[in-house]
Amino acid sequence: MTELRKGQGLRQAMAWLHTWSGLLVCWFLFLVFCGGTASYYRDEISVWMKPELHASLNSKVSEVDAAQRAYTFLQREAPNAERWFISLPDERNPTISLFWLRKPTAEDKGKNNRARLETRTLDPATGEPIAGARETRGGDFLYRLHFDLHYMPAIWARWIIGFCTMFMLVAIISGVITHRRIFADFFTFRARKGQRSWLDAHNAVAVLALPFHLMITYTGLVTLMLLYMPWGIQSVYKGDERAFNTELAARAPRNLKASKDSAPLAPIAPMMAQANARWNDSGIQRITVEQPNNASATVALTRRDERSMRTTPPSMVFTGPTGELKATLGEEMAGASATRFTMVGLHVAHFAPTLLRVLFFLSGIAGTLMVATGAVMWAVKTRQHHAKRIAATGCTPFGLRLVEALNLGAIAGLPIAFATYFWANRLLPVDIPQRSAAEIQAFFAAWAAAAVLAQIRPTRGMWRVQLWIGAALFAGLPVLNAFTTSTHLGVTLFHGPAVVAGFDLTVLALGIGLGSAAWLVGKRKAPRKAAAPKTAKATPSNVKGIEVPQ
Amino acid sequence: MKQGITVAYRAGIASRAIAAILGGYGVAALATGCLSLVLAQWVGMARAEAVVTATLLSFLWFALAVIWVFAADSALRAWIGLAIPAAVLALGWFALGGA
Repeated sequence: MTELRKGQGLRQAMAWLHTWSGLLVCWFLFLVFCGGTASYYRDEISVWMKPELHASLNSKVSEVDAAQRAYTFLQREAPNAERWFISLPDERNPTISLFWLRKPTAEDKGKNNRARLETRTLDPATGEPIAGARETRGGDFLYRLHFDLHYMPAIWARWIIGFCTMFMLVAIISGVITHRRIFADFFTFRARKGQRSWLDAHNAVAVLALPFHLMITYTGLVTLMLLYMPWGIQSVYKGDERAFNTELAARAPRNLKASKDSAPLAPIAPMMAQANARWNDSGIQRITVEQPNNASATVALTRRDERSMRTTPPSMVFTGPTGELKATLGEEMAGASATRFTMVGLHVAHFAPTLLRVLFFLSGIAGTLMVATGAVMWAVKTRQHHAKRIAATGCTPFGLRLVEALNLGAIAGLPIAFATYFWANRLLPVDIPQRSAAEIQAFFAAWAAAAVLAQIRPTRGMWRVQLWIGAALFAGLPVLNAFTTSTHLGVTLFHGPAVVAGFDLTVLALGIGLGSAAWLVGKRKAPRKAAAPKTAKATPSNVKGIEVPQ
Repeated sequence: MKQGITVAYRAGIASRAIAAILGGYGVAALATGCLSLVLAQWVGMARAEAVVTATLLSFLWFALAVIWVFAADSALRAWIGLAIPAAVLALGWFALGGA
């Protein structure tokens, strides 16, 4: 490995920085990229994972009817909640999603708010939870995994992810500085040249989607910027976050104090009519009711914003008991805030219609491949560097072996975990308790098994085995779907729902990609030199050599 | 591991890593606080807007600080290159924030 030396010049120093800032966190980044890329289809994944919903996918219910049914349900089940959230159905998500925050009890002391959050999914046609629907976190688990990880408090996870994202930003900038002929090299591909091929593959996927990589990294930091950098609020507002939020005034105020008097809620339909009149019938996306059935209740309606890149669509706030308009928020937004929420919007891509969403997804895959090829390249290069010593002593340096095993466990192991999550969704009995948690345990159990096996035997044979398992699991999903539901490709390709067909075709493609990677790893079995006996991935191949899903 | 990697070299890298992670964050934090005040008080932006603008830029300063730390000729120079802007920014924060 090259060293950081005095007077070696900027480009050399940046090559060093690029290598290490990339390597140290690459397995984390790989997970974040996989989860984030899957999250572009969070709603679609959730739909696929709830096959009981598929029948109601084609039913159309007006927003007002859906809202009234949600109200009826909540009045029956949670009239004294602290807050209701109602997400009305749209094209990507055909159901009504309800969340409410229970009043805190003695048991909830010291726990965070999420412990009090209840969720239900209603059939918009009946306003009841869909009968026999399986419990699953669906795409939401993958979305949360992307920035909250799992098995740890969300706040720690967000700091860890932020730390790794900063490494990523540094790796991108130093990579661009190092790579002076960046566009010329993009058109260079030297297949079957070992380390050079990995370098070319890494360059290709990195440069191909460079604007995306830079955008997604920086905007990722921006989504949580006030957590990471509260120092502007500290200096200008002396740390008074409340005052800052009030002046920002983009959202309806939360956590209103309940008054002593109760008062019934005014009907929702007139408020929705008023909002639609103001917003040219753009529709309502979300209804938030604070302190329902209390004299101090407020109802906030959020505009449906499909064409806007910004993530904070305007909202109208009404007085709960009377239905009078109290305020309109977020219609005008000043430059900096608009920039901020446009950046967040670019990151989450809620605005993206079908084709653009496909491009985001493919760019995400390019990012995943960039991380994977970079990680593999380090291992290949280092093994060549130590080739003589390895040949002489027959043992691999500790650091190299660790990296090779981690690469295997992440790059080949994580696809197995993703696929297992989907398999568990179909195979676990529908009525077991804690079903959502069981699916998530299946995800981590599969990953842990793959990662441990990788540490025990980080060989090329293990790469092949794990890639083949991942390929079989992904490609097998449409088959599994055909055996366990009535909405399989034979039906969905001709009669819809298109979402379900899309999921099946995508996982099939990912399975084929993993399969070709496994095939390529197996093909070059003969060691090129005595220096690389049965090494993990010391194989030249073409770009598709390590096609990685999600 | 490899011959020729001395303790001094390792210490230099460790020192730069600390400079980059902690020092870089420190400079970015000071720059964010200071720039928020400058934008709010001298440029006349609305207070919340000034804070948002400065915070949006903060990760750029962080990244540039890290690049500087590893581009500098020695760990000592890297630290000096962080300390000077940090001192200026801290002074600016103190002067504007105290007013």
